[in-house]
Amino acid sequence: MTTVIAESSIPAPAVEDAAPAGRLRLVLGKMLAARGVLVGAVIVLLLFLLAFGGPFLTPWNYVTPDYLAIRQPPSGQHWFGTNGLGQDVFAQTVRGLQKSLIIGLLVALFSTVVASLVGACAGYFGGWTDRALTFLVDLMLVFPSFLIITIISPKLRGAGWIAFVALLAAFNWMITARVVRSMTRSLKEREFVRAAEFMGVRPLRIIVRHILPNVASFLITDATIAVGAAVMSETALSFFGFGVRAPDVSLGTLLAAGTDQAPVFPWLFYFAAALLVLFVLAINLIGDGLRDALDPTSEGARPPRKSRTRRTSRSSK
Amino acid sequence: MTTAVETDLLTVSDLTVDFAGVPAVRGVDLRLRRGETLGIVGESGSGKSVTSLAILGLLPGTAAVSGSVKLDGRELVGLPNKELSAIRGRKVAMVFQDPLSAFTPVYRIGDQIVEALRIHQDLDRAAARKRAAELLDLVGIPSPDRALDSFPHEFSGGMRQRAMIAMAIANDPDILLADEPTTALDVTIQAQVLDVLRTAQRETGAALVLVSHDLGVIAGMADRVAVMYAGRVVETAGVDELFARPQHPYTLGLIGAVPRLDTSGGPLVPIPGGPPSLAALPPGCPFAARCPLAEDRCRTVEPELLGRPDADGHLAACVRSAELAERAPAPSEVYPVPEVAPAVADTAVREDREPVLRVSGLTKTFPVLKGSVFKRKVGEVYAVDGVELDIRRGETLGLVGESGSGKSTTLFELLHLAKPEAGRIELLGQDTAQLDRASAHRLRSDIQIVFQDPMASLDPRMPISDIIAEPLLAQGAARELIARRVPELLRQVGLEPAHASRYPHQFSGGQRQRISIARALAVSPQLLVLDEPVSALDVSVQAGVLNLLQQLKAELGLAYLFVSHDLSVIRHLSDRVSVMYLGRTVEAGAVDAVFEQPRHPYTRALLSAVPLPDPAAERNRTRILLAGDPPSPTERRTGCPFRARCPVYAALPATRHARCETETPVLTEAAPGQDHTAACHYPEA
Repeated sequence: MTTVIAESSIPAPAVEDAAPAGRLRLVLGKMLAARGVLVGAVIVLLLFLLAFGGPFLTPWNYVTPDYLAIRQPPSGQHWFGTNGLGQDVFAQTVRGLQKSLIIGLLVALFSTVVASLVGACAGYFGGWTDRALTFLVDLMLVFPSFLIITIISPKLRGAGWIAFVALLAAFNWMITARVVRSMTRSLKEREFVRAAEFMGVRPLRIIVRHILPNVASFLITDATIAVGAAVMSETALSFFGFGVRAPDVSLGTLLAAGTDQAPVFPWLFYFAAALLVLFVLAINLIGDGLRDALDPTSEGARPPRKSRTRRTSRSSK
Repeated sequence: MTTAVETDLLTVSDLTVDFAGVPAVRGVDLRLRRGETLGIVGESGSGKSVTSLAILGLLPGTAAVSGSVKLDGRELVGLPNKELSAIRGRKVAMVFQDPLSAFTPVYRIGDQIVEALRIHQDLDRAAARKRAAELLDLVGIPSPDRALDSFPHEFSGGMRQRAMIAMAIANDPDILLADEPTTALDVTIQAQVLDVLRTAQRETGAALVLVSHDLGVIAGMADRVAVMYAGRVVETAGVDELFARPQHPYTLGLIGAVPRLDTSGGPLVPIPGGPPSLAALPPGCPFAARCPLAEDRCRTVEPELLGRPDADGHLAACVRSAELAERAPAPSEVYPVPEVAPAVADTAVREDREPVLRVSGLTKTFPVLKGSVFKRKVGEVYAVDGVELDIRRGETLGLVGESGSGKSTTLFELLHLAKPEAGRIELLGQDTAQLDRASAHRLRSDIQIVFQDPMASLDPRMPISDIIAEPLLAQGAARELIARRVPELLRQVGLEPAHASRYPHQFSGGQRQRISIARALAVSPQLLVLDEPVSALDVSVQAGVLNLLQQLKAELGLAYLFVSHDLSVIRHLSDRVSVMYLGRTVEAGAVDAVFEQPRHPYTRALLSAVPLPDPAAERNRTRILLAGDPPSPTERRTGCPFRARCPVYAALPATRHARCETETPVLTEAAPGQDHTAACHYPEA
């Protein structure tokens, strides 16, 4: 046996027969090792704590006005100041943060999942599946989504925010799906996908194990952008009275209300804006980490294993 | 030596090329005399192409070139681009590897040759065009006047390479630089193109620098050879001297690692390890880590390229070259050669072994479609049109054919495990036409494939433990079994189980192919389909993989369907061979019978086209050059499909032509009961 080992250095002793780490463990390990992911996760966690613990920290409620303090700058009593009605901006911001965190994360998650599945299925199966799914995508693209949401949302009034999330996600996945479809079509021709087919791996499994990890870089970048976009499109709808309605607030409605007053009463705008930026930034950090962890060739996330003697010169460029 | 200096046409001394601080060429000295052919051999990454590009100043701006390149006494390094342009094409012309990308696709071939002519010569259009037609005629392109008006895509690969050579010799250059000119071509076309290169050299009297990884091509073409390793010339000598008495262990290893067409069986001599990374070269000789003769002094100082005074220009960069010259050992005496146990096929009679795969009359056609919205069929491509295969347990069937002969289509038809368009596929006694989904899925574990390019066939985003586990998972194997099997498989193919959690890109080419093999073996198949498994690998690494395949066959009693365009590899590894031409099996039989007494004229031509890594034998062979390219498979011809290129048909008296023209030959046995069939009406002619 030993003589044939032309390329490996030494035949390993039998001691190392512990089960080798699978992809899931490797990706998780790499993600946790990256500092950006930890920082991002901690920020998101803190934001959630603030959103749901914040209301208990202040005696003020997000609707009740304080007629003694109207448009007051931040002070010991009103930490983030008050607005034109005398409502406490801190209480409003944390209340808005609750909504926006959930809406932003869920919309991005749902739309990315739908987009990747529809896109990958259309690209992988081809033929009639492709034609039907592409038709659906095109149909959804030409529908004036705003109008449809306007028509449907009164009917969904009782269903609460989850219906709103579903609605936003439903009009947010098509372009991503088209990109995933074309990427899948080229991946499908690659030999490793063919190899999996000849091994008898089932189509859906090929999509999950081979296709999606290889489009993951795009999906993750797209999802992190979608988080910010979802918060903003929720704002637009809220502005027209759909989605989050007064007296309830979201970060979007706060921003919309505060934008024109920002130069004079900055506390009405900048606290909400800063939290949104922080949120999107944290999501980006996590996304970057995830992307690096999934991409074995990315420099930043390569495990510090250089000490392991042998060359990989011909492969690593 | 001193007398040669006056006649040196090109002198390269101490040429170094760096790419962003990473050396690619580290001090190369070459000399080229008028009219001679210098072969530069080396594996990928050895710096041979960079050297040839540096001579012409064609490297990108990121490359830092130093040293000296003197053409007729004139220094080329550091010359401004404008002055170099006057030399390129006029004094030194280049033939590139990929002829498709060497022509501008939107201009006609004629215009491009005319352009090359008019840049350097004062000719009017008509005269230049006439000269271009002469040039195309010289390189053997039929009806040159019409060819001038063709676009590059209308030419086949071989024709394009001829046109490329025509363009290179258009201005009677002093030097032709050919960088792997035949690597992308089939053997019969390669033989044609090499012949054209010889003609071109004879007509122009130019010196030829031939860069190649193929020792056979070098042996047949070169007068002198320079062997490159890790960016340096490690040995240079006259071609006979180099092949007969190599003085550098690397050259010796290379010669031992090449499978030969004229001998069969036995393990090859692999060079252990892989080429070093030029970014982090250890001190001392760069080959020391792979060298069985390395001593302590090899690891301290890098040896100079030196020769003994009586050596007649034979130089080697090795501290023990004198010893090698004296002892002249065979490669197997220097390098450790693995023991390969006899395979099942060697111990049992063929008839007693049960059949693994039987294919008869397999056909596959692809429709040619036109139109974008409503596609209509305008014709058919007969990709596979009557393939016969027969593989028994423990034996290797080599499937040979040139590109377009339907090899890959045949494989994919087999692997689909579905009902073929016509004909019959029987795997382990089960007719694939009668399989239901569940039994087809079960049967998948008995037939596995190893692809040509290991980088493309391994998912770059999966650690190799998951890659190897995939077929097991697909067959629903238990988690414990998978955890046990993966390290076992890695060890079986000669990799370290500790590396299981690495990703494919962290391995070298040969190691990746081993991973592919491990994946295929995971479900203990009976038949392994190997689709050109070593053609993407360097010679020294290829030998290791071929030895591994032989050993696995002996250990596991596997049957292989080995597809390759490389007849030497087929000869080395196969028990039986099957030759395909235009989608048909034209000859099949035991490997020794087919290679020693080929009965089909196509097989004979194929065999004679393969270059031997032995200069003396190479010069004494008679070549059968086939005319033209394989015809298009879009039409079905009556009679023998090979007759348009067939030397036997051409030599036959007209009275016997009719049979070839009307009657399609079927596979017939050479003698009753003999395992050797050929589809030719006149196999004895």
